[in-house]
Formats: sequence, C-alpha cells, structure tokens
Amino acid sequence: MKKHMQPISIALRYVILTAVALVMLYPILWLVGASFKTNNEIFTSISFIPRRIDFTPYIEGWKTGTEFTFATYFANTFKIVIPKIAFCLISSTLTAYGFARFDFRFKKILFSLLMATMFLPAVVTRIPLYLFWKQLGVLNTYVPLIANTVFANEPFFVFMLIQFMRSIPKDLDEAAIIDGCSSFGVLTRILLPVLRPSLISCLIFQFIWSFNDFLGPLIYISSVRKYPVALALKMSIDASSGIVEWNQILAMSIIALLPALILFFAAQKYFVEGIASSGIKG
Amino acid sequence: MKSRKVGYLYILPWLIGVSFLTVYPFLNALYISFTDYNMVTKAGFVGLENYLNLFKDQDFLTSIRSTLKYTIYTVPLQLVFALFIAFILNFNLKAIGFFRTAYYVPSLLGGNVAIAILWRFMFQPEGFVNSFLMALNLKPVSWFSSPGGAMAVIVLLKVWQFGSAMLIFLAALKEIPQDLYEASSIDGAGKVRTFFNITIPLITPTIFFNLVMQLVNAFQEFNGPFLITGKGPLNSTYLTSMFIYDYAFKYFNMGYASAASWMLFLIIMLVTVVLFGTQKFWVFYSDEGDK
Repeated sequence: MKKHMQPISIALRYVILTAVALVMLYPILWLVGASFKTNNEIFTSISFIPRRIDFTPYIEGWKTGTEFTFATYFANTFKIVIPKIAFCLISSTLTAYGFARFDFRFKKILFSLLMATMFLPAVVTRIPLYLFWKQLGVLNTYVPLIANTVFANEPFFVFMLIQFMRSIPKDLDEAAIIDGCSSFGVLTRILLPVLRPSLISCLIFQFIWSFNDFLGPLIYISSVRKYPVALALKMSIDASSGIVEWNQILAMSIIALLPALILFFAAQKYFVEGIASSGIKG
Repeated sequence: MKSRKVGYLYILPWLIGVSFLTVYPFLNALYISFTDYNMVTKAGFVGLENYLNLFKDQDFLTSIRSTLKYTIYTVPLQLVFALFIAFILNFNLKAIGFFRTAYYVPSLLGGNVAIAILWRFMFQPEGFVNSFLMALNLKPVSWFSSPGGAMAVIVLLKVWQFGSAMLIFLAALKEIPQDLYEASSIDGAGKVRTFFNITIPLITPTIFFNLVMQLVNAFQEFNGPFLITGKGPLNSTYLTSMFIYDYAFKYFNMGYASAASWMLFLIIMLVTVVLFGTQKFWVFYSDEGDK
C-alpha cells in the first residue's frame, strides 16, 4: 500500500495534517504570545507575535495579589504530586504483581472488582468520601488527595502494570525461585528492571493528572496557604473584579503548563507507548 | 500452593483501599440518598423523598438535559475526529512523530486550569476567536450570552482534546495486516469502500472501548463549565456534576446531592449496559484477546 501511494495523496495528507495541527496549536501559541503583551495589546492585536518581549507580566504575576507568591503554590503542588507518584508506583506494582503472578481464592471476583472500579464514575463516591475524611479530621490537609494512591486505588495504573507483567515470560521467575530467590526478590530483581519503561509512563501520567487536578483540591483545601497552583490560578480570575491584569494571569497560566510540557517532551517515547498499549481516559 | 496466601499479601493494600475508599463510599452514597443529612442536624430517614423531589426540580431536570446534550455533541465529534486523523496519520509519513505530538499536546494540557482560563479569554466578545471571524467577514458571536454559544465553548474544549482517543485508534490501525488492504485493492474496491468494509469492522473493539470511556467521562464533566461558562444563560451549561457539587459543597444538602449522584450513576450505568448489549450487532472480536 505504501508503495502504491501517489504523490498527490501524500501531499493531501500533509496539507490536512498541517492545517489541523495549526488550528490545534494556535490557542497555545497565542497564549505564549499574549503573555508578553501589554494588557492593551492583547485585545487590539490578532497576531500572536507580541510587539516586544516584556517579562513584566511574569514578574508581577508571580507575586500574585495574595500574601503568597507562586513559589508557595508550586511548593504546595509538589507536596501533593511527589508523594502521590511514589505511593502510586509502589502500591500499584505490588497489587499488579499479586494479580499477575499468583493464584488465590476469589481471584476472579477480585479482578472483576478491579475492572469495575475502573469504570465506576467518581461522582458517586465523592460525597461519602468527603464525610469520611471530615470524620477523621483531615479536611484541609493533603491526606484525602494522596490516600487513594497509598492503597493502589487508581485502577488504571494497576491494570496497566498487570497487562505489562503478563507479557513477561514466567520462565525467568521460575528459574530465580529454583535458585532460592523469594517471591519479593523475583519482583525486585527480575520484574522491576523489565518493567522500567511502563513504570516511567505511570509516573508521567500520575504527574500530569495530579498536577492538573482541580476538583480534588477545590473540595478539600480551604486555606489559601495550602493552595496548589490549580486553585491559585482559579483564585486569580475570581479576584480580579476591577481592572483585570489579563497579561499577568496568562503569564502565570504559561508557567502552570510548563512542568507538564517539559516532562512530556523529555519522556515522549514512554508516553506514547503507554497510551497505545493500554488505552486511557482523556 | 504456598502462593495462595502470598498473593493476598501483595494485593492487601489494594484490598483494604477498595473496601473503604470505593465499595463502602459507593454503598454509603446510596444510604445517604435516603436521608435528609445536612451536616448540622442528625440524619433522618426520608425514604424516596429526595428522588421524588429531584423529579420535580427544574434545575436538576435541566442539568440532565444539558449533560445529555453535552455528551451527544462531544463524544461522536471527538471519536470521528480522532479516527479520521488517526487514519490519515497511519502511513509512513516522515513527520509522524511531530504530528502525533502536536495532536496529543491538547489532551495533555486540557485538564489544567490554565487552559480553562485561556478558553474563557479566547471567547470573550472582543477575544481572538471573534477577531478571526471578523477577519473572515463573518459576524462575531456573543459566546457567553447565548445558550448555544456557551455550550459550543465547552464542547469545543473537549473536542480539542481528541488526542488520547486518536493514539488508541492509531495503535489499533497499526495492527491491521497489510495484505487485507492489498486483497481489497485487487478486488477493485476503492479507498472509501475499503475504509468502511475493512478498516472500520476490524477496529470496532477499539471504537467500542473509546466510546464507553469517553461517555463515562463526558457524563461527569465538571471543570469546563465550572471554570469557563458557569451555569450559562438559561442554565444551558449547568451540568449535573455542577448541580451535585453545589448541593453538596455549597448548600451541604448531602442527602439530596447523593440522590442526584446516584441518579447520574444510574443513567451512566444504563447507557453503558445498553451499549454492551448492542456489542453483538456491531463489534467484531477476532479472537479471545483481553483488550
């Protein structure tokens, strides 16, 4: 098929692909340009290229209208994101190992439960969970945001790792066990090295999802001192009732998008493989 | 045989978690929905009252209608777009890596509040979307002050994020053996016929998977309307998840909000079950794979 393809057909593909890519990326390009513009220029010029590069919106925006700077909000975000990544990788790997390599009673039922929770709409457990954390007195802490990763309760990651472990031949495990390796040793010495790429894609997804998470902090975090970036940004558009310093808000939006973008481009290979092999939510 | 217990040991964290972070809250939500719990006074059992009230609550009924509309607009648009682009990309083009990235970046960033801010800004009366329309000699649209316009704004945000569905389609298209295409072209089938007779049937399992995933997501959409359009004119973008949020975390009417969340859950379940039922008519599984 490839060889039969005519030049016109190839050209047409490139034209469509480029046009769509331009439309898709234009808003982001425009955002980058606008963050350097003066407030006045944002509304009067359709071009995304600013007349001059001016970092004032970044400097002013970073200070925010609150008593904290974005440094605080970024630090808060990482206080949530880093534990989530660490706990998620450990607990999901252990659970996936249990399902992929061992036989136990009710395994089929439990596996079905795992799959069912993957499709269970989060909206239905949100209220009881809130009441549960309130009873434990941990509202306005990061505990409710992190807890589900401690208990491998993000089934997407467990499922993805099970799929990868199943694709690793069992011969190696068995050989290691004959050599006197414990079951935990098999996991750490035999499986983990092979699993590295899939663990990296778990890491990236977890990073981006928890970095972007808005509804979680919105429900659980009430003091500005503890706000992550997502809430700080939301606050900046609410607070500006008088003169809206749009360029500052847009500049901070760029800063908020940067971590995800940097990570994505640094580890693109794992990312695309991860999605392709397991299929995920948007 | 020793491994029978060892297995439990490894899944223990998950087992504990799924019990008290998923199964218990799930059932508890049902229980709360039969009470008048408001976090101040003690919960009293009210039977089906919350559900009966929901059926009389215009705000709730409108939110269900808006949610259905939102789902019906976004899911097919997103899937058709994702499939179309995946199909075009699925040839040995030189710049495939660049395009794949370009189309995926919106899915990657879409959930971020920053993008919601950008969206709110782009669709302002004097924002750049209207500037474009005027440059093309079209009439500017007052996006936020008409029901259809507000809905379009949040629908466009979702459709813009078709990248992850596209990557899943792309992976499925790569699995199709080349000789099937060759056989089809020897038989004299044109490109369009090949697409509908060969390509589509072979990837129906992937279409099904994407369809279910996107539906479950779309029914629960919150960030877009909450951050960009609010309730919208005539509650046009007051989706059910926003209704639930308001009653739970603004008015602390937990019983009523739980009833609404169970209603939404039942609707999602119903749609999913019906879809699974229709599988035998249009989804072709070539072998017993677990994908």
